[in-house]
Amino acid sequence: MSIAIGILLNGLASAMILYIIAVGLSVTMGIMRFINLAHCVFAMAGGYLAAYLIQGAGIPFAFAIVLAAILVALLSIPIERLLYAPLYAASELEQALFSIGVMFVAVAIARYFFGPAPLSFTVPEALRGQIDLGSVMPAYRILLIVVGFVVFAALWTLVETTSIGRKLRATVENRRVAEVVGIRCDRLMLLTFALGTGLAALGGALGAEIMPIRPNYAFDQLNYVLIVVAVGGMGTLTGPFLAALLLGIADTACKYFLPEVGAFFIFGAMVAILLWRPQGLLGRA
Amino acid sequence: MLADRTYSRGDAPPPQAIADIVNRSRLRVADFVPWVVALASFFLFPRSLSLGTEVLVAVLFVLSIDLVVGYAGIVTLGHGAFFGLGAYCAGVLAVNGFGDPILGLMLAAVLAGVAGLVSGAIILRAQGLTLMMFTLGTLLMLEEAANRAGRLTGGSDGLSDMVVKPLLGIWDWDFFGRTGYCYCLVVLLFGFIVVRTIVMSPFGRSLRGIRENAARMEAIGAPVRRRLIVVYAISAALAGTAGAVNAEVHQFVALNVLSFEFSASGLIMLILAGPGRLYGAFIGPPIYIIASHQLAVLDPTYWVFWLGVVLIAVVMFGRGGILGIADNLIAWSRAGRKKRAP
Repeated sequence: MSIAIGILLNGLASAMILYIIAVGLSVTMGIMRFINLAHCVFAMAGGYLAAYLIQGAGIPFAFAIVLAAILVALLSIPIERLLYAPLYAASELEQALFSIGVMFVAVAIARYFFGPAPLSFTVPEALRGQIDLGSVMPAYRILLIVVGFVVFAALWTLVETTSIGRKLRATVENRRVAEVVGIRCDRLMLLTFALGTGLAALGGALGAEIMPIRPNYAFDQLNYVLIVVAVGGMGTLTGPFLAALLLGIADTACKYFLPEVGAFFIFGAMVAILLWRPQGLLGRA
Repeated sequence: MLADRTYSRGDAPPPQAIADIVNRSRLRVADFVPWVVALASFFLFPRSLSLGTEVLVAVLFVLSIDLVVGYAGIVTLGHGAFFGLGAYCAGVLAVNGFGDPILGLMLAAVLAGVAGLVSGAIILRAQGLTLMMFTLGTLLMLEEAANRAGRLTGGSDGLSDMVVKPLLGIWDWDFFGRTGYCYCLVVLLFGFIVVRTIVMSPFGRSLRGIRENAARMEAIGAPVRRRLIVVYAISAALAGTAGAVNAEVHQFVALNVLSFEFSASGLIMLILAGPGRLYGAFIGPPIYIIASHQLAVLDPTYWVFWLGVVLIAVVMFGRGGILGIADNLIAWSRAGRKKRAP
């Protein structure tokens, strides 16, 4: 029983990090219809930036992470305007190759400034303990789970109750009509992009223990993040949440019970789910 | 030209149009250039034949990708799956005593083609991101399976006990790679003939139509999905052939042929020269491979950075790749000549 809870909680922790990173991609893909394979570059940037703030500038953990997320979000604005915006009308192949190019540049820059070794992550003092919830878990992992749910709740509130959320949902559903009605879609897309990349940076920095920050990060995590987005359904908030839960828990369980099968099950499950529902579990058809 | 006459039903098509269609598939002098260059390289650069072989294999691989991505418009992130399937097929056969290279080649092509047929039938209903995820997912599943099935595939160490018999029983595999180079060249020639025949045929034209507007093609009665599956299967067989040839010449199969990076590099080589063009596949790989050998040796980080920058630049500014730019230059000089000669 304690093993089951342990798997559940560990799976939940990875799932929450995956969700925080992936939700930004899901919304930007839904609203911009842009195949941005380089999304994890922003998560990596968040991780490196947070590490620099903590170790280089001595800023406390929580502040550093939030600050890193905000900085990455701000930095993504000129990147979106200069690099991404001209390619909104380009073909899928061009968008995919463009984002692969961005990934290469990011890998090179990270390797140049930070070296090829993964960042060592030290859990802050206050969170080093362990909590017993039927299975003994590091307190940090519990924090990850809590943060994940908080982010989900905050996003849900934003999208379902505020006027910006309404405009966002309208743009995702039918951009042309939204523009006709007077919604400033390009501004909204910029805002969404910044929010998505900021969240990715947050997830990258928080999850540095589970998903180590190294130059190849964008390629390492691409598969999982894409699976979460594709299986969950682009353009939704709850889709990736559900998909991340399934993926995180199933992956942890598989690695524990069937290590010979490994990640094979995850990819197979993804193909099976997409065959059943090509638009994703909660996506629009 | 067609606009400066009015036509009524029953008119014959203008003679120029007929001549254009008939002459489209005629061989021109320029068509022989790549083969002359390849043959000349054999004699001029006897010490660089392994590099040359790498380029020839890449050209065949990129040709197969061009068929699906450039002509049919199916964006696949995982075409290396078929390359790897062909490679491991030839490899496993060679390890277990069936080392005749041509036999291995044919069986690999058949296996990859069947895999393409089956997976195409399953995944080609999807479009966009979902389709990309299917291709990526199949690639990753295959990579994971190859990684785990160490007894069969050698796992992450690669498959190395291949015993490949002499080509046609006559030519042995020499240290300089002469046999390998010629073998690759001949296989590439056959593969190219296949691709050219498809591209120049009405089937090939319909593929371009499907790429441009599948719904319209459906409306005029083309069996869209069936055509896509067929071209996907043929392309898979070609990729598998490339993989098998590569495995036989090197007598080794590395696990990285099933990596995302490998498939992505194929796409990159394609877009550098321009997708949807018959000779794009001949220009991209030599440039990419030679550049990567020169630059990656100097400093791998440097190479990766500049590759990324070039890729971004090509997508943002150089639509249509090198051949596209060449086209624009030719059109621009022709327009200039027309202006000068009234």
